[in-house]
Amino acid sequence: MMTESRLKKVLHTGNFAVTAECGPPKGADPEVVKSKGKVLKGYVDSANVTDNQTGVVRLCSLSACALLKAEGLDPVLQMVTRDRNRIALQSDILGASALGIRNILCLSGDHQSFGNQPQAKGVFDIDSIQLIQAVRNMRDAGEIIGGEKLSSPPQMFIGAAANPFADPFKYRAARLATKVEAGAEFIQTQCIFNLKLFREWMGLIRDLGMANKVFILGGITPLKSARMAEYMAKQVAGMDIPEEIINRMKSAPSKEQREEGIKIAVETAQALREIQGVHGVHIMAIEWEEVVPRIVQEAGLYPRPQA
Amino acid sequence: MITAERKPISEIKEMLLPYKKILVVGCGSCVAECAAGGEKEVGLLSSALRMDAKVSGKEIEIKELTLDRQCVYEFIDRLSDVIGQYDVILSLACGAGVQAVAEVFPRVHIFPALNTTFLGETKEAGLWVENCRGCGDCKLGVFAAVCPVTRCAKGLFNGPCGGSRTERCEVDPEVPCAWQLIVSRLEDMGRLDLLKKVQPPADWSKQQGKGPRKIKREDQRT
Repeated sequence: MMTESRLKKVLHTGNFAVTAECGPPKGADPEVVKSKGKVLKGYVDSANVTDNQTGVVRLCSLSACALLKAEGLDPVLQMVTRDRNRIALQSDILGASALGIRNILCLSGDHQSFGNQPQAKGVFDIDSIQLIQAVRNMRDAGEIIGGEKLSSPPQMFIGAAANPFADPFKYRAARLATKVEAGAEFIQTQCIFNLKLFREWMGLIRDLGMANKVFILGGITPLKSARMAEYMAKQVAGMDIPEEIINRMKSAPSKEQREEGIKIAVETAQALREIQGVHGVHIMAIEWEEVVPRIVQEAGLYPRPQA
Repeated sequence: MITAERKPISEIKEMLLPYKKILVVGCGSCVAECAAGGEKEVGLLSSALRMDAKVSGKEIEIKELTLDRQCVYEFIDRLSDVIGQYDVILSLACGAGVQAVAEVFPRVHIFPALNTTFLGETKEAGLWVENCRGCGDCKLGVFAAVCPVTRCAKGLFNGPCGGSRTERCEVDPEVPCAWQLIVSRLEDMGRLDLLKKVQPPADWSKQQGKGPRKIKREDQRT
């Protein structure tokens, strides 16, 4: 059984990393997860499994990570604080480590009102930064929240999310620094369509001296259609899709819009590679995982390093 | 103050179905301020009930009475003289008032006419907003007097989530992002340093640790 995070190894050896999102099904069939894993295997260093994303009930992240692990992938366990209190979160972290899961992405999670259980009680016992700190203390000090000792600590490479495009813009960089201080070792960002603003944000990150303290993976989402672009721009909070991208999608004939979306994704990956302080890409192809190998290849990121 | 809203009349009527002699009791404190359970609302609700009874050919007798406070025993005492003459109390107090009256008169049938909602302020005429959850561990001093427990939809202690755009909350775009307010207020005060420290997990035991909370003060007990 692999006992170290491949993502950590790839990043620490100076490689430009590739991760991708793998969305679990709204059902109990393990084959769905396994087949998505087979598509991604070899083309990504690690695969993130979302945790009931947008508040929609799905097969749990922990189980899906274990299934991907058995398929030979290096899973990243996404864990939100919306649904579990500190007892459940810490317990799941121990369980994940016991199953050989070595990466965690700590998130607060989309608000439950957006999902299919809008009457659910949002837990939010702790927030994402407190979760980062809790995982670090469990791993490095062998202590849970409150200071009680663990019989053996979990092993986790700790990640956090960042949205360079949300308000208040200037405070966003400081917030990333707080996440790093709390224990975040890698960052996966919100989907990047506005490269100009992203470059500006990276400048702030470098000014804060964060570029050498944390690995930043830029988020990429291939657009399927002009309609999807318009929908995301208008309806998804914290999403910044410039008019120029939307127009580019619109100007492609509808049958070729997917191709245009892939082109934009590939160009974005190549552009991110040139930005100082960006250490990799995180591809979030929503219910379109099969396109990931092509984006990785066309962006010149294949083959992946041995780790 | 504690805010409340009156229940739909259909729900109130259903609760009162088996009763004829009804004592409608208002409260002159918080729920009067938010125009849900004061003397005026007692009058309006009683008239509506009388009218409805008339239309449906039901005989009822209603007495209206508003206490200064329904949550303090010395005010509740005023009910002692009249309570024996009625089958039921319809209380327009908050949940605390309803329960206090029930405690003083254990055999009395009592029903709530209001849905108690939150601790808040009167923002403008006809608009009340929630701004305190009574968590028992006030941190407004760190957050420039903007409570993230109440006013951030996710109750975040360490900065805004990724859904804040144009200074609005993604959950309800009519609501300003609490963290936008905190950051800009602290910026204006020159106190952004207060956000440098990672806020540790909150102590929710002060809010709901062992069931209902109580405050016991020996100096007030003589």
